[in-house]
Amino acid sequence: MKATVLVRPKDGILDPQGEAVQSSLRQLGFPVGEARVGRVIDLEVNADTGPEARAEIERMCERLLANPLIESYEIEVVEDA
Amino acid sequence: MKETRPRIGVLVFPGSNDDRDAAWALGALGAEPVLVWHGEEKLPNLDAVVLPGGFSYGDYLRAGAIARFSPAMQAVSAYAAEGGLVLGICNGFQILCEAGLLPGVLRPNTSLRFVCRDVPVVVERADTPFTARCAGGEELVIPVKHGEGCYHVPSDLPAELIALRYVPGENPNGSEDDVAGIVSAEGNVFGLMPHPEHAVDPLLGSGDGALLLASLVDAARERLYARA
Repeated sequence: MKATVLVRPKDGILDPQGEAVQSSLRQLGFPVGEARVGRVIDLEVNADTGPEARAEIERMCERLLANPLIESYEIEVVEDA
Repeated sequence: MKETRPRIGVLVFPGSNDDRDAAWALGALGAEPVLVWHGEEKLPNLDAVVLPGGFSYGDYLRAGAIARFSPAMQAVSAYAAEGGLVLGICNGFQILCEAGLLPGVLRPNTSLRFVCRDVPVVVERADTPFTARCAGGEELVIPVKHGEGCYHVPSDLPAELIALRYVPGENPNGSEDDVAGIVSAEGNVFGLMPHPEHAVDPLLGSGDGALLLASLVDAARERLYARA
């Protein structure tokens, strides 16, 4: 089963990378508002069902993929893949 | 004759690069440094442990995030839980935070640039095993060299755990509250971004780092005597 994990800086956490991206886009003439930069992790997991995969990936996020102090995460499971 | 050189372990991860400097400095200050490979599941007999600077596991994911799961780090966690002295320098500080042995986390510098220069820091806590040779409020000059040294202060961090601060206006990385170093609530785990091992000889710009490392050697020697 395939899954994608999106890791983002939490609201209120300073994101200097996002600020740099925002200012570069503005310099290029794109009048964007706030920009935030996160991380995408594509995974192949051994699980029989979507919920099982999701529970397993949640454990991965809590232990390694995200730091809960500063990052939030979102899991997308692709069941037919 | 009684052995007076305390044994201080220096962990070596793939990507550590200040391990030898740390070992040299500890040796020069009267300790017997013992290099410990990250794959070791058991620590040898030690009076203190140092996690050196560098880029363990390439700083992949987040600095220190992968190193914290190495076998030797499991042993260091157990060692710290028993009251063992653990000092983390730069990448070592990042690993201690990721491992939960110290509160908070270190994030990319707000400038998004690697900084490498001498910085003045103020000793906020002189009553720890890592700062005992300093005076409270004393200013030290110690070099930093890092890309991810911006300390994020957890909302519930007791202020007395902030052991070292950058002098106001000299903060090199955007660290919240100018935090340069943190001590654990129990007082036996300490992490800092500046590199004391690079400041043990005035010939190289500053000898102030020796005050911190010599404090650790003193404390480790007391442990050695207590063990003997």
